[in-house]
This record gives sequence, structure tokens and C-alpha cells, in this order.
Amino acid sequence: MEGSRNQESFQVLSSGSKPIRNGLAVLLLAVTFGAQAELQIDITRGGAEAAPIAVVPFGWLGDDATPYDVSGVIAADLRRTGRFAPIPASDMLQQPTRGAQVDYKDWRILGTEVLIVGEVSPGANGGYMIQFQIFDVFKGKQIFGYRQPASADGLRAAAHRVADMIYEKLTGVRGVASTRIAYVNVTGQAVNPTYRLIMADADGENARILVESDKAILSPAWSPDGRRIAYVSFENDNSEVFVQVIRTGGRDKVSSRKGINSAPAWSPDGRQLSLTLSKNNGNLDVYTLDLSNQVLRRLTQGGTIETEADWAPDGDFIYFTSDRGGAPQIYRIRPDGGRAQRVTFEGKYNARPRVSPDNSMLAVVHNDRGNYRIAVVDLERTYTQVLTDGRLDESPSFAPNGEVLIYATRENGRGSLATVTVDGRVQQSIRSFEGDVREPAWGPFPVN
Amino acid sequence: MNNGIESKVKLLAALAVTAVMLGCTTKDGKLTTIDGAGSDGAGTAIPDDSAGGAATYGAGAVGVAADGGPMQDSGTLLDDRTIFFELDSTQISSEGLEILKEHGQFLGRNPNSTVRIEGHADERGSREYNLGLGERRAQSVKSVLLVQGAAADQISVVSYGEERPAVFGSDESAWSKNRRAELRYGR
Repeated sequence: MEGSRNQESFQVLSSGSKPIRNGLAVLLLAVTFGAQAELQIDITRGGAEAAPIAVVPFGWLGDDATPYDVSGVIAADLRRTGRFAPIPASDMLQQPTRGAQVDYKDWRILGTEVLIVGEVSPGANGGYMIQFQIFDVFKGKQIFGYRQPASADGLRAAAHRVADMIYEKLTGVRGVASTRIAYVNVTGQAVNPTYRLIMADADGENARILVESDKAILSPAWSPDGRRIAYVSFENDNSEVFVQVIRTGGRDKVSSRKGINSAPAWSPDGRQLSLTLSKNNGNLDVYTLDLSNQVLRRLTQGGTIETEADWAPDGDFIYFTSDRGGAPQIYRIRPDGGRAQRVTFEGKYNARPRVSPDNSMLAVVHNDRGNYRIAVVDLERTYTQVLTDGRLDESPSFAPNGEVLIYATRENGRGSLATVTVDGRVQQSIRSFEGDVREPAWGPFPVN
Repeated sequence: MNNGIESKVKLLAALAVTAVMLGCTTKDGKLTTIDGAGSDGAGTAIPDDSAGGAATYGAGAVGVAADGGPMQDSGTLLDDRTIFFELDSTQISSEGLEILKEHGQFLGRNPNSTVRIEGHADERGSREYNLGLGERRAQSVKSVLLVQGAAADQISVVSYGEERPAVFGSDESAWSKNRRAELRYGR
């Protein structure tokens, strides 16, 4: 039944469960599932332009062994932005942990522009306190200092928060180290496939299975508050749209009408989903579904394919793919209907639009001389810039600070993910240790 | 489940009955007795025409299998259950039309038979748009079947987009085999 609650025996793992799979027990504090689907992230382009900085190993003021390499996490987060190149600890002439110990000339010699020092001390209830200071090496003074508390099992998350604070102080842009990504991992594909919708930290750690199936899962879409995720599943041999609550694993089947049910996207207020339905007459069209009262409204008509809708962040327009002109291009329409307006004019194939968080551009799948690549289209001037250089790139998704895109690509015959900055200068590859990864979706800033 | 020998025997039986009805000789001069007509109560299609002449038989003589579809290995176009398409196209080739003509007529003769048309696309371009291509290809096939004699309630349609390739690979030889619609009887 459409919209019915569906808490079934289907394997959906919530944060409390610890599954034993193939005899491999899941250990660790959080529910990860081991090396099987952890991601490996490497910078593949643009590292040379990053500003040299120093993240000095933080001091630990407790008695027992150092609980976590907090400065290592911070340095990796800053490196991954593509804007900073942390120097190795072995190059450091001194290793201060607080401002009074800093000798600026030891850092000017190395050419580092920014110096970050800190200390971790045990706090109340088994928790911690992270103290850090950022220094401008050439001016010889502190930019910022702060003390960030952490819970007993929240030290890594606190390190990410510190990295985000540092990034914002240095660039004016909010960092995304504390965000999450979702993606689909497929193993055993040719013979006996297993599809998993996985959620992980932005650095690939803490991977957690949200849904597991022997049939295809696609198009994950985060709700604006990051608490729910919509997706398309073929578990019942036809495309159906589900909305799942991440914390509990409980889910609703929100659309299983005859024909295609796909391409879910959330309205900015989280109250509606746009969907693609075909209602078994073969005409794919864009609809909106009000989740509170199940009212379905049809936005597009006609015998051509209309799909892949995405809402502008101010809710003024819904962008979508249409081949009414013969081949896929991007159009937009008001959420309450009306005439659709074409938005892309360069290239013979533009599909799968995603609107940037600042509403200034679209990321699209663009056919560039026979290669499917990610491009950004400036909404005001319709200027198109191709950012990637693969043959089969797809599924672009903006980080919530709008600086970088994650997308799916193929590398050595396997599906992998990659990121690219919106100016095209820095690129990273993200590989899974097993199987294919695809369909990435970057989650929102944490709401708290 | 029919095995090869059993279907051949039933084919010959159908042929023999046809031959007798039309007053022609059978292909190899033998009549075979068989229990019941066709298989499992589904009934054997007895055409009231043939491809002409006693020496050959056309798709019209093909009997019904357990899944309600045409018997496998009939040697006719009904054995072809896959229609292929050009890139980004949902147009059916003349070869495809010939195959679908036989299937449409089969469905027309066998109103209890049902078929599901599964539409697919190759992996290039965006995944959701490819779901649309698969759907449209399946609908194109359905339209032809309806024209050729099938009833709408005999046909269901599903699209798998690029999610269920027939052939894995990232070159045209794989892609061309994945741009397809498949007919699956009995669903």
C-alpha cells in the first residue's frame, strides 16, 4: 500500500545492532562493518597549490595511553579540502603544544604560513577537552584559540569539529569535515549481487549499512535536516521509493504506484518530495508528494521523459531533466506548476541536475565529445564548465558548503567515487576495498 | 517444466493434428499419440492457416509451454525474446517488428497467456534517465504487441534501467547487448 509504514524483516540495521555476517563479528565502538567497505581517499590533482601549514601533534595530559591522534584527524581533514598541505611531523624543528612554547622563526624557515598547536586533556565523565590555537606565522600572532569539549566516545567527531572551525577561520567558508555521505556499494555483481546503502563520515570512516538487498538500490537523497534518507529500491521487483529514519532504521514506502517510482528529492522545508512516476503509461513525469497528507501533484505532462528533479534551496524552482527537445537537457518549473523553462544550452546531453547550496549554479551530467562528465552550469549566464575527465562520470552531489562535488566514476573497470572542487582545480579519488561504489549523496551540515 | 524431448513430442503431435485437419501429410510420415493436447491443461494452439504447404510449419503452430508462453526451441521467431535498440533510442527495428508480430499474434491466440516486458538501457549517462529509456522501450514493445493482437491485460511493463545488464563491460559490444527489452511469459 502506498505510504504505509513498513517495518519488515528486511535487513535494515539501526545504530544499536551488531550483526554477525559470514562469521565476521562487528567490533568497535560505533557500528561499522569493518574493512569490507571502508573507503580510501587520495588526492589526484591540485595538491601542489595547497598552502603549507603545520598541525603539530597535540599534547596529551592524561596518564594512560593517548586515546586518539586528534591532530592527525585534523591534518587529514584540512588536507582533504585541497586548500592546505600539512607538513610531516618529522620536518618540524619544535613541537609546541601551546602558544608560550612557539618560536616563530622555526616555522618561517619551513615556509609554513599557519601553525596549529593543541592539547587534549581528560575531562568529566570519561570525556575530554581539546584546546587548540591557530597562529599566523609571518605576522607572528595568534589568529584564534578555543577549547572544544568531547564526550567519551566523541573524540573523533570533536576533532572533525575543530578542523571545521580552523577551516572557517582561515577561509571564511564553513568546513564539511563533520558531515556525512551516503553511497551504494555493490558486491558480487555478476553472479549474486548484494546492494548496500551505506552512510559514512565525510572521510569515509564509521561506515554503517542502512539498507541491504539483493536487488538494486539507487538515488539516495538526504532530508534537509539529515534525519531521514529517501531512496529507490527494486526489492519487490519494481522501482519503489522509501523514506527511512536514519537513527532507527524504520521506514515508510512512500510510492509504489504502477510503473516507475523514482528520483526522490526533498523540498527545502523537508515536507515534500518530488518524484518521477510513469503510472504505467510509459510517460515519465515529475510530481510532488506532500508527505503529511499524501497529496500528489503532477508538474509535467507530455509524452517525453521528465525526471531527476531537484529543488532550488530557496524553493522557488524545481530543476529537472527532459528530453522534450530530442535529447536530455535541464529545464525548470515552479513547484506549483506552470510553464517549464529550458536552462542548459551547451552540449547535446545535460542531465541529472543538482542545484548548488548558494543557488548560483547546477552540477550536471554532460556529454563532452562522447564522454559523460560532470559539468557546472552558471545559472545566470548559462556558462558551462566541464570539471572532470572520465568517460562514465555521473551522480554529482554538492557538499553543503558548495565548494566541492562528490560524484561517481569508473576506474579500472570498477565503480568508484571522486570529488572535485567547483573550480575544477582539486580532485580526489575515493575507492572502496571491495566491489563497486556508486550513487553518492553528500549529507547536510549537522543540525545542532 | 518441459524438457526438450517432451516439447518436441508435443510439437509433432500438434503438427500431426494440423496436418490431418488440413489434409496434408506430416513432416516425417509418423503420427505420435500423446496424452492430452498441449501441456498442463493450457491448450494447444491449432492454427487455421499455415505458412503454406506441408513441408514447413510457421510460428502459428507453436504450442504453449507451462509458463503460458510459446514452447522453447520452436525454431520460429517466437524463440527470440529480446528486442535490441540503438543508443538513446526507443525505436524498434524491422527485425524487432517481425519478432514482435509473432509474439503479438501468439498472445492473440492465447488469451490466457501473459507476458511481462522488461525494459533496459546501457550504463552510459544518468541512471534515472536510463530508467526512463528502459520504460519507454518496454512501452514501445507493448504498443506493437497490442497492434498485433494482444490484449492490454495480457501485458505488464517494468523498467530496470541500467541496473540489470545482460553483459558486463564498458564498450559498445557490451552496451549494444544491454539496450534491450525482454519478454518474459508467465509473469
